[in-house]
Amino acid sequence: MLYIFTDLANWIVYELLGLAQTTKVGDALHFFIEDTTKIFALLAVMIYLIALIRSSLNIETIRAFLAGKNKVLGYLLGAFFGAITPFCSCSSIPVFLGFTSAGIPVGVSMAFLLTSPLINEVAVLLLVSLLGWQFTLIYIAVGLIIGIAGGAFLDLIHAEKMLQPFAMKAYENKPNATVRLSSATALTMRERHAFAVAELKDIFQRVWIWVFVGVGLGALLHGFVPDDWFASNLGHGEWWSVPLAVLVGIPLYSNATGVIPIMESLLLKGLPIGTTLAFCMSTVAASFPEFILLKQVMQWKLLVILFVTLLVSFTLVGWILNMTFM
Amino acid sequence: MKQFKVLGTGCAKCVKTAEMLERISQELGVPVTVAKETNVEVIMGYGVMSTPAVVLDEVLVHSGSIPNRDQIETWLK
Repeated sequence: MLYIFTDLANWIVYELLGLAQTTKVGDALHFFIEDTTKIFALLAVMIYLIALIRSSLNIETIRAFLAGKNKVLGYLLGAFFGAITPFCSCSSIPVFLGFTSAGIPVGVSMAFLLTSPLINEVAVLLLVSLLGWQFTLIYIAVGLIIGIAGGAFLDLIHAEKMLQPFAMKAYENKPNATVRLSSATALTMRERHAFAVAELKDIFQRVWIWVFVGVGLGALLHGFVPDDWFASNLGHGEWWSVPLAVLVGIPLYSNATGVIPIMESLLLKGLPIGTTLAFCMSTVAASFPEFILLKQVMQWKLLVILFVTLLVSFTLVGWILNMTFM
Repeated sequence: MKQFKVLGTGCAKCVKTAEMLERISQELGVPVTVAKETNVEVIMGYGVMSTPAVVLDEVLVHSGSIPNRDQIETWLK
């Protein structure tokens, strides 16, 4: 069914604009039109449908679910909920404090917060439509593992002792430790529809610019970087290329929506999968604005540890994938 | 006079929520004060996890989204 977007791009670029298929501009423009139309159409349908299903799940429900679970199960569930909950980074601090004051271990909260930006329905949808099932599954697995392992590691080093004093106190006092599910009222279909429409508007407002920027950059790469450039320069999984990709990704700040079209281009140009994924995850999850926000609840020491942990794990993931798929 | 507090760590939606409260109360001629609360410790004290949230006379009345016009009009009655 997705070929209609290829046909549309063919028609606009080659017939309407009369550009030859072999020109760089034609190639880049074709990539841009095909991907933006496809992404926006899929987003509209999928966000609405998923929101319809998810309308009864809110953050309070998740907290009640995570509170009082044993740690191992907590990491798994935390990462899982992070993956299925869409999330605006501006809520990360209240959510973190809400979890912490319910006595949920820091590692479990962080499993949730680390996985949330990496995996969401928009990212999964883009991955499947642009890069296929196999790659999507690898991406999801890596995102979950980083959330789970990162969370477990933070509890291992007693991250709760490195929170800001007021947050530490909230964790120890557990004032809301007895959070229970408030009597959830069943939603009518009409309420679900209203929620889904609001959600659709909200997510669209947040991501449309990223789609244009991401696809635009992807299209430039696609049209103007010679086909074998990555393959001949970085295509053999040189060990240093992975940490380099991670470092390059840090100052670049994007969400998953913006970076996935770029990944598509990089992979098409022959950049190894591990290097590509390491770059992408570093761009999405290790960003300075995010870390400045976390400073409100964490001491510097913990922030630095968290940052280094992320960079090391992205590098390891990149190496392992490069070795596996060489 | 009704006292509103908008809780949020300074994202665009919180600013918009405060603006809406001020505008609609002016339109209806109801005198109110609207304050923005960005201190996370205070926000935590209200037990709020999704922002923006609205507190009316120290009672939490809304959280998680920009409130719609109907809701705001109910608070102003």
